[in-house]
Amino acid sequence: MNDTTQTSPAWRDRVPYQALLLGTFSLIAAALLAVGDLLTRGPIAERRAEDLKASLSQVLPPQIHDNDLLAHPLTLPGRNGQPLTIYRALHGYQVTGVAFGAVGRGYAGPIELLIGIDAQGRVLGARVLSHSETPGLGDKIEVIRDDWILSFNGRTLEDPPRERWAVAKDGGDFDQFTGATITPRAVVGAVRESLEFFADHRETLTAAAVIIEHDPEEPVPQ
Amino acid sequence: MKPPETPGYGRIARDGLWDNNVVLSQALALCPLLAVTGTATNGLGMGIATTVVMTASGLLIALLRGLLSAAVRIPIFVLVIATLVTLVDLTMNAWLHDLHKVLGLFIPLIVTNCAILGRAESFAARQPPLPAAFDGLMMGLGFTLVLVGLGAAREIIGSGTLFAGASLLLGPAMGFLEVTLIPEYRGFLLAILPPGGFLVLGFMLAGKRLLDRRLANRPRRKVSAASATTPPR
Repeated sequence: MNDTTQTSPAWRDRVPYQALLLGTFSLIAAALLAVGDLLTRGPIAERRAEDLKASLSQVLPPQIHDNDLLAHPLTLPGRNGQPLTIYRALHGYQVTGVAFGAVGRGYAGPIELLIGIDAQGRVLGARVLSHSETPGLGDKIEVIRDDWILSFNGRTLEDPPRERWAVAKDGGDFDQFTGATITPRAVVGAVRESLEFFADHRETLTAAAVIIEHDPEEPVPQ
Repeated sequence: MKPPETPGYGRIARDGLWDNNVVLSQALALCPLLAVTGTATNGLGMGIATTVVMTASGLLIALLRGLLSAAVRIPIFVLVIATLVTLVDLTMNAWLHDLHKVLGLFIPLIVTNCAILGRAESFAARQPPLPAAFDGLMMGLGFTLVLVGLGAAREIIGSGTLFAGASLLLGPAMGFLEVTLIPEYRGFLLAILPPGGFLVLGFMLAGKRLLDRRLANRPRRKVSAASATTPPR
């Protein structure tokens, strides 16, 4: 059994055997991957939804809503022309806050953010979902490493005034980090743009939710 | 071609951990190595994931070696390793999601690790399943050692901490590993960036050579063991 590869019989070196072998292995691999995908697709989608919910709950505090945040998102055309999914915090049918994604152009690539804004246009919270900034410098935008990102809480387009929505180096009100200016500049810009987006679409975003349920037990919104 | 003898388990362990270490002796797997070793924790995560895949691929390929034919063996190794990595990735994403969030980045990188293919070719395809799996385990552990060592050196020089984020990877119980060695340290960015990885790796390679030479010069060491068991490439 030890030396099978070495003393291989002649048929093993023929093309049909090799083709058959490769074909069989490919089929088995494909079948295994298909089964693996089928078995894990459901759980992975659930985990993704849980992750999204966990991120949303950081920018839309649970006190202000009584709905399932993932249940009835809005879709609006975003700044870049791509559709933007907006998650709404509802108290009854009243919109108390919205959360949506934003992208800043960081030093080493896009910085993806999630921003929560209440119905009055105040920032409820901003969180970085993913980035590829320099470790040790730019990664202070993550809430687990630094509380810098919390400095947006409660801010509006008027506080600070629009021209001071920038990092200190650019004459604004937000601190930058030692050795990293581009990263916080990108985040400040993305938060400001999100507030502007909210201001532009305030009517649509805060209109009482019309939820069409297929369940006849549900009360019809007035 | 004569089949090579199966080395003993002690020999396999010594080879994997030191004498024939994936990085320090074979200079393989440098791409994932330099990519993830900004911190010791990331190195450890990548090491664990690679060790699992290496052990499983060693076992599988040794079991299949009777079927293989020389001309198509490489595509089959690649197929087996890629399938294995993808299944590990899917399984972890579905049922070990928190660990996957930390390690997820590294798992697809394992496929690019030529050391796994190298061991499949030079060891697993010629040896019985158990030694092959053990060889995978030891080679993986040797790789993990280098990853953690390199990560730790870069982390200490670069940011003055050690095992930062270990509680994310290993659970809150291992949080005690996280140490700030140099408080108020401004950081030395070069060590964290890729050039720093090359530099530290260079010092590690030189260090191993020095140590090996010093050991070889010691008279009571038997020299025969070292030359006889280097596996064929």
